[in-house]
Amino acid sequence: MIKKTGMVLVAALILMNCGGGDTEAAKEAAAPKLSPEGLTQEQIKHGIGPIGVLTLGPQDEALAAKGAEVFELKCVACHKINERLVGPPLAGITTKRSPAFIMNMILNPDEMVKKHPEVKAMLAEFYVPMTFQNVTEDDARAILEYLRTL
Amino acid sequence: MNKTMMRVVGVILVIATFLLISECAKKDKPILGSSDAASAVYVAPGDYDEFYAFTSGGFSGQLGVYGLPSGRLFREIPVFSVDPENGYGFNEETKDMLKTSFGHIPWDDSHHPELSQTDGVTDGRWIFINGNNTPRIARIDLKNFETAEIIEIPNSGGNHGSPFITQNSEYVVASTRFSVPIPQADVPISSYKENFSGTLSFIKVNPDDGHMNIEFQIMVPGYDYDLASGGKGPSHGWAFFSSYNTEQANTLLEVNASKNDKDFIAAVNWKLAEKYLAEGKGHKQPADYYHNYMDHNSHSAVSEQKKSVTVLYPAECPGLIYYLPTPKSPHGVDVDPSGEYIVGGGKLAAVVSVHSFSKMIKAIEDEKFIGDAGGIPVLDYDATIAGEVTNVGLGPLHTEFDGKGYAYTSAFITSEVVKWKLGTWEIVDRIPSYYSIGHLMIPGGGSMKPWGKYLVALNKMTKDRYLSTGPELAHAAQLIDISGEKMKLLLDFPTVGEPHYAQGIPADLIHPNTTKIYELENNTHPYRTLSEKEARVERKGNEVHVYMTTIRTHFKPDNIEGIQVGDVVYFHVTNLEQDWDIPHGFAMQGAINSELLVMPGATNTLRWEPKKVGVFPFYCTDFCSALHQEMQGYVRVSPKGSKVPISF
Repeated sequence: MIKKTGMVLVAALILMNCGGGDTEAAKEAAAPKLSPEGLTQEQIKHGIGPIGVLTLGPQDEALAAKGAEVFELKCVACHKINERLVGPPLAGITTKRSPAFIMNMILNPDEMVKKHPEVKAMLAEFYVPMTFQNVTEDDARAILEYLRTL
Repeated sequence: MNKTMMRVVGVILVIATFLLISECAKKDKPILGSSDAASAVYVAPGDYDEFYAFTSGGFSGQLGVYGLPSGRLFREIPVFSVDPENGYGFNEETKDMLKTSFGHIPWDDSHHPELSQTDGVTDGRWIFINGNNTPRIARIDLKNFETAEIIEIPNSGGNHGSPFITQNSEYVVASTRFSVPIPQADVPISSYKENFSGTLSFIKVNPDDGHMNIEFQIMVPGYDYDLASGGKGPSHGWAFFSSYNTEQANTLLEVNASKNDKDFIAAVNWKLAEKYLAEGKGHKQPADYYHNYMDHNSHSAVSEQKKSVTVLYPAECPGLIYYLPTPKSPHGVDVDPSGEYIVGGGKLAAVVSVHSFSKMIKAIEDEKFIGDAGGIPVLDYDATIAGEVTNVGLGPLHTEFDGKGYAYTSAFITSEVVKWKLGTWEIVDRIPSYYSIGHLMIPGGGSMKPWGKYLVALNKMTKDRYLSTGPELAHAAQLIDISGEKMKLLLDFPTVGEPHYAQGIPADLIHPNTTKIYELENNTHPYRTLSEKEARVERKGNEVHVYMTTIRTHFKPDNIEGIQVGDVVYFHVTNLEQDWDIPHGFAMQGAINSELLVMPGATNTLRWEPKKVGVFPFYCTDFCSALHQEMQGYVRVSPKGSKVPISF
């Protein structure tokens, strides 16, 4: 009983302390709305990393061919097209995720796995975190182009 | 007195002595355990140490990497000894690093690490270390903390005075502690004086890639050459070598090599040696030694046998070398940061003799010689000496400098560090060590730019300092604060093997430059497998080559059939990971071998000769992910001549 009362008191103190005044509440309203993880809507949609919003033009076959080569070297150990291996199958991935999200996942998997709620949920399903495979931004863009062909 | 009485008295004496020693020890350590000492060495979780310390492994043959001031051990780098922990010296790639003219030698005794320098300042590129027993020098690359090169030193026995460096890493030097017949010959040991010689070797360091080459050796009288130091500033271009056993005794040296009041420090003018070499004074003589180095992109050792070495003879090269008489069986020779003072640790004399470089040059010009030894001019002691530090304790061995005008000498017998002032030679402070200090180390303390904040005492005896581990104890290093007027003992920490010398360097000069992965694209290993599609098994007669890949969390291939008893199986394992801190291990049941520990992007090869029929598992040994326990495979071994085809 004493314990419970104590905890309530502590919680109350914390709340009082952190409650802030009107000005802070106003600031919060003005700031962009954040997810419970502290991410912006843009980050939720396009991922966390070096790539902002990315709009794709028509398919570039030469770039896709280059992407296939990089994919063979850096990705196939974990990803198959139509079935689960270490990671999820990648067929149709470009229809499920935004282009920037895919590139950020390739370029910045560490932070994505730590912070992005949907990627965190995937870790709970696949157990092995996606790893950075030492690819350049150009490589990642080529891989994306290859993934569009699947 | 009867026997029982004697025993009782004996026991009482032992107890009394013990109590006395414990009491003294307690009185001598006021700082230890106090909170200011604790906060001075405390590195909070997640924070970094200010300095790296590299300690020789001594009889472990390796190199320890510690942080200062915390004393935390980060890594033990295998150098001269095989290391089953990561397969060094066991796997096919690194085996040849340990090749010598005597064959594959899996061990050595490593004494003196020495950091590379630019303009007299440690630069954090490489660290060199000697192999004492089978004379060798190794170079460790401080980007990846791996042994990059080992060169054998011919015409040598006991490579102790090594590998001390010159101001711009032009050379690392080596000297023979044990003189030997050169060339080796079947002669009576008692013919030591006639048949045994020493050599001083100058190993050129390529400034771009660090590669070593024995540029020349100087043939010298058969004394025991002990330690060395490169000149700096005004003395740049010279190197100094201490010696004992100028008596040239070959038995019971503890008595017979301790007769002369003074032995010699040899001063070698290596810039003049270069001139003599250019003039063709070098003799190309037959020799037999190995030069092994890691090819960076194939992660594989290249081993070259060398068949000759260039030798200079002092008699043909006037001015090349002079002897400075120095009391008595001097151990350390240490040139101060200004390059003016050459400090000889008296060892068997309770004095530190300090020669002056400028006085030495003047004495040479004025021909102040008292004779010659084996054709080498011996200078007059009084003409070269700048000062003597007296009352320095018994058994003074080594001296380091703080860059603020002070020198610190270790005294082995009286177990203490003695601080004295350069120029006035007065002792200003002393602090006990626990126990029997050998070398001491100040980061940069042997270079032109010491970082005079800490001193590490490297002690030979441990006794009661730690919880007992039976007869064999860890050696004890002690961290001493030298930032103030008085030295303060801060910390004891145990060390691996027996550290002799050590080196220290600000962490900023190494930490940001370290390698995190090897890029797969640059892997040129002849048996690399750069993608899982290329993973395969190939038979060539009774040799089977498995081209295997690893990535979290599987091997490819993971099940292999068609192997037979009598085959020689090579697992060439390429780690496809490109992420920092994700090595994969590979262990094969029954392999008379170690494991492999394959760094991201690298290829390592395990040789296995299956002896028994059956199905044997292999697995990843380095916990790599949540599914690490699933990372496994099997090899089916059939009898010799079986019809089971290779499949995977």
